[in-house]
Amino acid sequence: MKEILSGNEAVARGAFEGGLHFACAYPGTPSTEILENMAKYKEIHSQWSVNEKTALETALGASFGGMRALVAMKHVGLNVAADPLFSAGYIGAKGGFVIITADDPGMHSSQNEQDNRNYARAAKIPMLEPSDSQEAKEFTKLALTMSEEFDTPVLLRLTTRISHSKSIVELAERETIEVKGYEKNVKKNLVMPAHARVLHKKVEERLLKLKELSNDFKYNFIEYKNKNVGIITSGISYQYVKEAMPDASVLKIGLTWPLPERLIREFAEKVDKLYVVEENDPFIETEVKAMGIKITGKEIIPIVGELNTRIVKESFKVIEPYKLKETSEKSPGRPPALCPGCPHSSVFYAINKLKLIATGDIGCYTLGALPPLNAMDTCVDMGASITNAIGLEYALKGRDKRKIVAVIGDSTFFHSGITGLIDLVYNKGTSTVIILDNSITAMTGHQENPGTGKTLMGEDTPKFDLVNLVKGLGIEDVYTVDTYDLDAVTNLIKRETERDKPSVIIARRPCILLPEMKKKKFDRYEIDEAKCTGCQMCVKLGCPAISFDKEKKKAHINETLCVGCSLCFQICKFGAIKKVKGE
Amino acid sequence: MNTKIIIAGVGGQGILLASDILCEVAMKSGLDAKKSEVHGMSQRGGDVVSHVIFGDKVYSPLISYEEADVILAFEQVEALRNLDYLKSDGVIIVNKAKILPVPVASGLADYPKDPIGEVKKFAKNTIVIDAEEIAKELGNSRVMNVVLLGVMAKNVRSIDKNIWIETLKESVPQKTIDVNVKAFERGYSYS
Repeated sequence: MKEILSGNEAVARGAFEGGLHFACAYPGTPSTEILENMAKYKEIHSQWSVNEKTALETALGASFGGMRALVAMKHVGLNVAADPLFSAGYIGAKGGFVIITADDPGMHSSQNEQDNRNYARAAKIPMLEPSDSQEAKEFTKLALTMSEEFDTPVLLRLTTRISHSKSIVELAERETIEVKGYEKNVKKNLVMPAHARVLHKKVEERLLKLKELSNDFKYNFIEYKNKNVGIITSGISYQYVKEAMPDASVLKIGLTWPLPERLIREFAEKVDKLYVVEENDPFIETEVKAMGIKITGKEIIPIVGELNTRIVKESFKVIEPYKLKETSEKSPGRPPALCPGCPHSSVFYAINKLKLIATGDIGCYTLGALPPLNAMDTCVDMGASITNAIGLEYALKGRDKRKIVAVIGDSTFFHSGITGLIDLVYNKGTSTVIILDNSITAMTGHQENPGTGKTLMGEDTPKFDLVNLVKGLGIEDVYTVDTYDLDAVTNLIKRETERDKPSVIIARRPCILLPEMKKKKFDRYEIDEAKCTGCQMCVKLGCPAISFDKEKKKAHINETLCVGCSLCFQICKFGAIKKVKGE
Repeated sequence: MNTKIIIAGVGGQGILLASDILCEVAMKSGLDAKKSEVHGMSQRGGDVVSHVIFGDKVYSPLISYEEADVILAFEQVEALRNLDYLKSDGVIIVNKAKILPVPVASGLADYPKDPIGEVKKFAKNTIVIDAEEIAKELGNSRVMNVVLLGVMAKNVRSIDKNIWIETLKESVPQKTIDVNVKAFERGYSYS
């Protein structure tokens, strides 16, 4: 049977067919749909972890127990999980153990463009790189068996265009794999120095064996055509090469680490001029150059951003660079924005109004940094809002009177805000931390988390009480506030940032896009044009439902977009916004 | 030769359903098919673009400049934004909908005065349609995307119309089949 699947759906399918028992992840674009789809297979136990480090360790635990296990994350998530990744490289795998990294060339939804092939080399772990959905499915199965055969975790690297592109996949049945069970083996599973020294030797021997495998690996293959030009490529770049350079000979690499040296040498000898086409880092290029082989790569292929067929053609001078059409009018940008009625809006409106320094974090609320809210100064990585505030507060003490507020979402707080908050208490910080609690992991499309009381597989589970959690971490002053009450939000933030004592404000209201919120009836609001003075205070809320007519000098509320949050009504000093009874 | 189609618009307009149906239709016609789009940030009111390619053998899931046979734009400025992707003899279908981006709504940028006129200056074959009006006439404004799909189907000659209808029926909720088929027909016969 054939189906059109995205790369992420295909990975879940491959895991199912390959007899996987256990899967976990922390959501992150472009990897999120892997576990969402995995949860549809009842034969696999799937769960959301609190962060990528706990996820990788949890999956390794399942592998200790003899289960086939998989963990998925976005590229920056592997930084969080890097510590157990390196240990896992030494420990190996009892039950097949697959680690998926979904990289984001082009940074469609990420803070950097890191190339996680570098992790495979650094952690001495084999890496497979599919170039379409069919391969994504096959490679997932293959990774499980390779892991058991070579006693190693296996990295599977996807990129945005693999994860989110759909192509036709041939399906197969699920293979039944017995759980091997747990056996105590401290020399392997307990990496203290005496054991690790022995394990490191084994890791190096394993790499040599894998290198041999790589030379004969079915998915590392050569397609000879015209031998004037030979191109080494892998992943999505293979597709661009095939389309841009249909007459070139191609060495397609499916097992990116360790590279097939013998095969590369053979290919290099047969073609007149050797090239490598790869997105981002010169990973293959560096290795081939280290083999003493002459190859052209980043001299012509861009290192920044995604590739596509046209860029490859332009790089090989098959076509001239494209000149954009000179239209007399241009399309205005359409950046993402906080939704109409977003429960985070009032907090950012208040931060802007109070002129606070806001150390920010990662989630929907990062959009509070954009105009007209302009209410965020920094965004570094998951959890950095709180810890950045600790250092910044110390640097400003006695030098700058401005007050600092750290802003973090509920899921991000569970992910890596808790340790930062302990740090703040321990080191006598006085900054105020606002936890934006919208009762869901929203940015990545509504995943459950420890604050929601539900698991990925839909079971009930204890719901974390943020107030008690924060108090338990040593914060004495904890307040909750309804974010639809603008005065209460503003006054509380003002009072708490002015005090020299650490405090946490839990700004609470469920995400407006949650199904139960969408069902709620509400009164909407409209502008009374006779009273509107054109002051644009309501526009500063950044609500997509509110627009300003420059000619009429009046605000306007779009009736289909308004969800009746009433924030603009609370802002208007002239009574020019009135309630319209909902149906 | 492969057929390359871009569907562009704003989050929430039903673009992903439209491109899913197109892909399914191509597969049912015995063709290789790929589609690509980016999820994530774009769901928060940003622009959404879906690339669909089908034919005997498809490699890249992305369409480059001057390659699209058809561009289906659900919104006026999104037609203008994607104009560079249109082949010189390609068809661009523009829905009259106008959705203000946040920077325009908050007065930080201007919406072009005549995006459709601008598109027409560069594209030889432009079809303009008020799909929302047609959907409203049919009594369900949500079928706007299917009206547009109908217009596109008419312009993709390599696929049999029956396969479209069959796939459409499988892709929408049972009780909306009638209105969706009507919407498709209205689009298909639009000229």
